[in-house]
Amino acid sequence: MGRYVARRLIYLFVVLFAVSAITFGLMHAVPGGPFDKEKALPAEIIRNLEKRYHLDEPLLNQYLRYVKEVFVPEFSTTKFSSNFEDDALFKFKIGGVYVKWMNFGPSYASRSRTVNDIFRQQLPISIQLGLMALLVAIIIGMPLGIIAALKQNTIFDYISMSVAIFGVSVPVIILGPVLIWIFAVTLKWLPATGWGSKPPYLLGFLPTSMGWNFFKYAIMPPVALGLASSAIIARLTRASLLQVVREDYVRTARAKGLQERLVITRHALKNSLIPVVTILGPMFAALVTGTFVTETVFGIPGMGKYFVISITNRDYPVIMGTILLYAVFLVIANLIVDILYAYLDPRIRYD
Amino acid sequence: MTAQLKLDAKASAAGGQPLTQKGESLWKDALRRLIRNRAAVIGGIMILILYFFAIFAGVLAPYSYEKQTLTDQNKVPQWLINVFPTMKPYAQVSENYLMGADYVGRDLFSRIVYGARVSLTVALIGPFISLLIGVTYGSISGFFGGRVDNIMMRLVDVLYAFPSLLFIILLMAFFRSTFSKPDPGTFSYALSQADARLGGMLFIFIGIGLTAWETMARLTRGQVLSVREKEFIEAARTIGATNWRIMFRHILPNIVGPLVVAETLAIPGYISTEAFLSFIGLGVNPPTPSWGAMISDGAQVVRTYPNQTLFPALALAITMFAFNFLGDGLRDALDPRLRGTQ
Repeated sequence: MGRYVARRLIYLFVVLFAVSAITFGLMHAVPGGPFDKEKALPAEIIRNLEKRYHLDEPLLNQYLRYVKEVFVPEFSTTKFSSNFEDDALFKFKIGGVYVKWMNFGPSYASRSRTVNDIFRQQLPISIQLGLMALLVAIIIGMPLGIIAALKQNTIFDYISMSVAIFGVSVPVIILGPVLIWIFAVTLKWLPATGWGSKPPYLLGFLPTSMGWNFFKYAIMPPVALGLASSAIIARLTRASLLQVVREDYVRTARAKGLQERLVITRHALKNSLIPVVTILGPMFAALVTGTFVTETVFGIPGMGKYFVISITNRDYPVIMGTILLYAVFLVIANLIVDILYAYLDPRIRYD
Repeated sequence: MTAQLKLDAKASAAGGQPLTQKGESLWKDALRRLIRNRAAVIGGIMILILYFFAIFAGVLAPYSYEKQTLTDQNKVPQWLINVFPTMKPYAQVSENYLMGADYVGRDLFSRIVYGARVSLTVALIGPFISLLIGVTYGSISGFFGGRVDNIMMRLVDVLYAFPSLLFIILLMAFFRSTFSKPDPGTFSYALSQADARLGGMLFIFIGIGLTAWETMARLTRGQVLSVREKEFIEAARTIGATNWRIMFRHILPNIVGPLVVAETLAIPGYISTEAFLSFIGLGVNPPTPSWGAMISDGAQVVRTYPNQTLFPALALAITMFAFNFLGDGLRDALDPRLRGTQ
């Protein structure tokens, strides 16, 4: 197992290098530069700006510099300055040594903020949204799937599965405006746009207060985002539970006279949730990526806004950082799933 | 089984044919099950109607999609005011527009009808590209196995690690600016001309195609790997069939079912990707009407004229429903085990 994880971690780095190289190449292949403005800047100034951000160097050097800044930790005996070149996502002190790790570079468009700042302030919002959407998906999806499977081919089954089809059929760009129209415009219960948490965050990503001022913003977006995933969970739960209730050990449990409720909860449900639990990892990664749409619809100041703007602005570090970060999310989520599989189902071995 | 017997009994009663149990092909069998699935049939009929609208948009739409009547901005017919009474104080009534006019005085209904063209073309081309690339790639990888397979699948793994929505946004930005002002006579010029003629849809197809084939490739590879070891392939090999023939005559027909199901279920994803790209302004070129772009425009005035966002949203939802119903039915029909034993 340890060997397998080690191999996967090496593989993770290979994939991330590939992703960063492809993104870097594609990004620089897009014509136009970050300092092309409607009103052209003097050539001298552009030259200076490019020099400041090392954009005048050969592309390979730029790429290697970027990789080094992000992956290789730097150590120093003196405190790092607050200059953008000395900024990093993680800055801490062990013993007498100052360490900085993962510098995603400056943002060309908003000069006062580095990409690290954007990650620190905007990413928690996207994660909060993604987590709550996942919660919505589980709370709606699992019961639907369980009911559908236990009452297979009855009206409950058909209703549950119709709800599931409804869920996958209304993406955020449909559900979002409709929810806004119902709950914000017509009923005036909830605000149409915005988000209720600001930095500093608890543990780096949790809102510090969870009162109505937070939740009034955080009801519609997670529902709009999570509904489609709840449909996926419902279908998966149903299919898996249907399979499990026909297993021999469930029959054995029944044969020894166990109550039906106990048979379902102790024996059937527990095993049928293995595939469901393992899908939650990639689903969370997909939901955090999916917040892009939701953030646009509900005007939430998360990462999504910055990514779309950064592409039109050719804000290279923001583009690179965002894609890399989400790739890390995806790859790690998949890794966790594979490990979880072996843990939950002892028949699976990776050696 | 009983149904089959009954059918045979009916046939013998009607035509006096001898009672013989004829073998049924997989497809006939699946079709029968599909037709029995009411939701799938409704989905299929809705799709046909939608295609009818898309093809005959020029005849069915009362106005052109780009005709602006600036004096008719945001006008609504009376029935909409009855439905949305909040509009009453400020809305200007005009019975010329079935669903009202948008912010530059274009007929909303006509634009929705024309908008079907974009979504439904994506629903056709998306699966086509993803099958073309994915099945070719996956079957080569699965068929040859070994090192070829290993290298080809690692590439897919890398592409899988890309957050696809972000990747497609980046691709669209790349296409839009690379091919914005090319020199006449070059390949990129031809591409940009073709894209302009399609109202900006060409690059959407390419973008969707480039991000959607990986799933198909993985699925095809897995299927090919499992079929490749079967006895009938060995039999074909012993009578001297070429690789080519084994691939097309023996393997592909046996794996078509799961591929069709997966692709049908992927269609709503393509439709919503296009809608989202148009929603954030990276999709079709205005004034080409796309439901996504219309929802986005309408969302600006959702407080005052909800009809401008609700109607395109409804059209999009109906289309998504139809494809999901059909895909679900198709899956159940081709693989009844997935529906649970009956």
